[in-house]
Amino acid sequence: MAKAANPQFEAECIRRILAGEHHLFHELIRPCEHSIYFLLLSILHNEADAEDAAQETAIKVFRNLHMFRGDSQFKTWVLSIARNEGLGRLRKNDRLREDSLEALTGEDSGDFTPAVLTSWREVPSEALEKKELAGLIRGAIEDLPDIYRNVVLLRDIEEMDVCETAATLGVTEGAVKVRLHRARALLQRKLAHKLKPFAPKRGLFGRGR
Amino acid sequence: MRIDCEHVWEHISAYIDGEVDAALRAEIDKHLETCEICSAVLDSTRNVVVLVADGRVFELPAGFSERLHERLEAELQSSEK
Repeated sequence: MAKAANPQFEAECIRRILAGEHHLFHELIRPCEHSIYFLLLSILHNEADAEDAAQETAIKVFRNLHMFRGDSQFKTWVLSIARNEGLGRLRKNDRLREDSLEALTGEDSGDFTPAVLTSWREVPSEALEKKELAGLIRGAIEDLPDIYRNVVLLRDIEEMDVCETAATLGVTEGAVKVRLHRARALLQRKLAHKLKPFAPKRGLFGRGR
Repeated sequence: MRIDCEHVWEHISAYIDGEVDAALRAEIDKHLETCEICSAVLDSTRNVVVLVADGRVFELPAGFSERLHERLEAELQSSEK
């Protein structure tokens, strides 16, 4: 999903942009677009707001490019700016909820035991061609509490590592691991029974399609 | 020491990510050999993780990238003046 970052390309690009080759910024920011938008959608819960905030984030990244020190990955830095943009808008709209601030209160509440099953037939990725299945999964992720959704988004969807995820969200690596575990448990619990009909039917002679 | 189902569930996410140490992994593997419930919980969780990561679940809105780069271009142009 996420395009592999290429630190050398990034460093060279940044150097040339700062030296005046502004048009290169399009290529620099392109691999981060997906992550920026979905992180903002996760914070703002509104597509139009997320898109506007994503554009604003890209402009801020460009204007502040000289501030990037290279002590974190470029994408991590970009996503911290996106997150601040999102939280700033929530604050402005007075919609800032406790969990958006990664508050620790209530973090342990909730039931994180998985849905108990006795057998599982794998749902292949091709089944996602069915819009209904993709919608089910998206819905389950959107319904997660913010602190869990943001971690699933960065770790499992944007494929960032634990350290980058922790840096982007401003939490410890331990918190990332605990939240990811709980988020996956909540998703399994919510989705397991709903996913079953999407598994290929078994034929008379073993696995059919 | 024989670990129970709840103990396995606690480590499922780390197990999927290959982040449990060798001793614990061996315990979990031994448990999975005989526990159909934990095997199904592990398989379903792993399946969910794979499906969630698929690009078809979270697609950018149509025209998102074009609109973003159009707005950026205006910013880049104005900063050159």
